[in-house]
Amino acid sequence: MELFPLGVEHYILGGLLVGFGVAWIYFWTGIVAGASGFFGATLSLFTTRGDLKKYANSRSWRIAFGLGIVSGAFLFSILTGSFFVTKVQLWRLFFGGLLVGFGVRISRGCTSGHGICGLSSLSFPSLVAVLTFMSVAILTAFLISNLGVLP
Amino acid sequence: MRSLAIYSGGLFFGAGLALSAMAKPEVVLSFLQLKDLGLLLVMGGAVLIAMIAYKALPRIMRRPALGGKFNHYSRSLDKRVVLGAAIFGIGWGVSGLCPGAALASVGVGNYPVLLGIAGMFAGAYAASFLSD
Repeated sequence: MELFPLGVEHYILGGLLVGFGVAWIYFWTGIVAGASGFFGATLSLFTTRGDLKKYANSRSWRIAFGLGIVSGAFLFSILTGSFFVTKVQLWRLFFGGLLVGFGVRISRGCTSGHGICGLSSLSFPSLVAVLTFMSVAILTAFLISNLGVLP
Repeated sequence: MRSLAIYSGGLFFGAGLALSAMAKPEVVLSFLQLKDLGLLLVMGGAVLIAMIAYKALPRIMRRPALGGKFNHYSRSLDKRVVLGAAIFGIGWGVSGLCPGAALASVGVGNYPVLLGIAGMFAGAYAASFLSD
């Protein structure tokens, strides 16, 4: 069995670039930046229901970071001429997204918050979070493909 | 100035996600089905650089280049962290989308992912009913 059928270079270089983005923000501002707060921060522009109030101080950087991520991927696609449209079914994107948006706010972190920021800070709670979402996601993805849902 | 620094950091972050193909749900789902372990290399590379930055920068600079102070990541372990991570994991396994990769996916022109983003906003809103 091949571990990396598509090669390894683009994964490694892409990962280093993602890490560089995090380091760049830390160098200039001292902020430990994760992506999941973008959604709550954007919502807090329109409503202060419940704990959305807590984004008052971090709102502007969270939104700037999210918009930067969209723009960076867009610039990369322009420069390399590689745009992409998924064939994953729409209900999967929507209902999966719903659980992702809910879960990351309850857990206070995602693949970048717990994964990149937390693990690189040797945070034990983040390690627990990463092992939890990785194993649950693997089980879920296997279950769905075994039910014959493709893609 | 600070917003510009953060936006430009997002540019690198998003370009990295596009380069590493994490903006393609298919590639993430093939990792989750253990057909291609590339996601571990992406995460490993990112963690390596971030770890160096978090350790080294506060030692070689008194404060961040634009002022303020160096923050340190801290989370306490409680059942919310684990329960939320499990719910996120189900969603990730269903869709192949996580927040950063979904935003990058918008940038690569993957317009169906807007439905996933809409779901994330709705989910984030629902979570505010459960504030502690």
